Amino acid sequence: MWTLGSTVFVGLAVSAVVAGVTRAHWATEPVSNRAAFDPVETTLMGVYLGGALLVGILGILVVSSEYGTGTIRATLAAAPRRPMVLAAKVIVFGTVTLVVAEVTAFAGFLLGQALLTSPARHATLSSPGALRAVVGIGLFLCVVGLLALGIAVVVRHSAGAISTYVFVMLVLPIIVSGLPNSLQHPIERLLPLSIGSVMINNSVPDAFGPWTGFLILCSYTAVILALSTVLLVRRDA
Amino acid sequence: MIEAQHLTKRYGDRTAVDDLSFTVRPGIVTGFLGPNGSGKSTTMRMIMGLDYPNAGRAIVNGHSYHDLRWPLREVGALLEAKAIHPGRPAWAHLMMLAETNGIPRGRVDEVIAMVGLESAASQRAGKFSLGMSQRLGIAAALLGDPSVLIFDEPVNGLDPDGIRWARLLLRRLASEGRTVFVSSHLMSEMALTADEVIIIGRGRFLAQQPVAEMTSRSTARFVRVRSPQLDLLRAALDSGGAQTALEDDGSLAVRGIDRAAIGDIAAREGLVLHELASEKASLEDVFMELTNKELEYSGSSGTEGNRQ
Repeated sequence: MWTLGSTVFVGLAVSAVVAGVTRAHWATEPVSNRAAFDPVETTLMGVYLGGALLVGILGILVVSSEYGTGTIRATLAAAPRRPMVLAAKVIVFGTVTLVVAEVTAFAGFLLGQALLTSPARHATLSSPGALRAVVGIGLFLCVVGLLALGIAVVVRHSAGAISTYVFVMLVLPIIVSGLPNSLQHPIERLLPLSIGSVMINNSVPDAFGPWTGFLILCSYTAVILALSTVLLVRRDA
Repeated sequence: MIEAQHLTKRYGDRTAVDDLSFTVRPGIVTGFLGPNGSGKSTTMRMIMGLDYPNAGRAIVNGHSYHDLRWPLREVGALLEAKAIHPGRPAWAHLMMLAETNGIPRGRVDEVIAMVGLESAASQRAGKFSLGMSQRLGIAAALLGDPSVLIFDEPVNGLDPDGIRWARLLLRRLASEGRTVFVSSHLMSEMALTADEVIIIGRGRFLAQQPVAEMTSRSTARFVRVRSPQLDLLRAALDSGGAQTALEDDGSLAVRGIDRAAIGDIAAREGLVLHELASEKASLEDVFMELTNKELEYSGSSGTEGNRQ
């Protein structure tokens, strides 16, 4: 519950802070920066980055705390049909995360826009790409959370799962950015971090469209969840 | 009824359970004994479908655990008392289990009352002492009113009053026709609670017999003798072919001849007897005898060589 609450809080707080600071400094920003400024992207940054991290940790803890406390044995004794147990976790966690993420995305967006009073540019939900960015980032967070949940079933260990998740989300992009451009661009656009960036209107070179990227992310999650189902069934409790 | 058929479990190159077969019948309390590391918990986990055997299978009431429609209503188990989410209150844990198996909510209150946890029911499970956790685990096992009960060290952490309560509970459950399978280290307690025992060592089957028969067959039976002229009596008995050993409390443990013969020898030599009692071997003695060669972990007690 704490993690959920902090997801919402961080998303809103970053949105407010970034928007507020941008507005405050608007007059002093060089013209080229002002032109490149995207109000949609700015206000959703916090939701996207903070949310991805917190939602991932929540998804991991939902599973790994059972392994840590040994509750998994009580759960599997009460419900020996293991695919059902995993499906139940996916459904409950997925639904809660989707709702919270969407609420946070909308609230963060609206709050940020409200703070971007003139002369700073602001957007509304009917601005081109705005609604898609807000709805899409909520969906993104839900799927990324399920990806983390799947990782936790495979790794079974809180610290290990969180490390893996952080590596995939944050460290891998850094490594890839060190590659020469010809290699970097094709790989980078496949990374979850880039997919989320595109969703909130950030520009990534040679990137897929926002919904194409989202489908790619969904396929990663589907593969991990399939793997985790197999492992859950075949391994000892 | 529980049936183990050629259960085998290996972890890497260590064989934890080795071709183990036995049957646990309903209506009696069956004890499961073995030294530390002999594979008792592993066997119980295989019966519960938590770990998979490398060979063989475990059958409960005619089915493998995975095929049970409402597992908690057929098999109740206490395997690990602390395997509860620490943030959850006790009643919430039981409620969760009840709902997964279609057990009515009123039953949760019933089992809480049965184990005496009414005052602690709304506390978080993480704050429970070991004894309280054990009681909660027993409550969880009883939740579905199952016909098969499996307990791994249920009296661990209970005070003497609690131990007695558990013993009476187990005997009552067995008398209701249920199958009760209990593992324990406490030999003396097991002797009082169980009707039959299954002894394993290093994952292998060693013996299965009613407790009474087991203690009477052991070679550890002896006659306890006290006399003011113990040395003379001892010499006479030794020359008569008996094996004698001086006990810590000053009595003499005599093996190899019966009470009547000892009495006759004493009378013949004109020696006074203050005690002449047939000692049944304790379950501990039988157990030690059987498992001495099968100890997985053994320290040196430093007292070997004191017994002559």
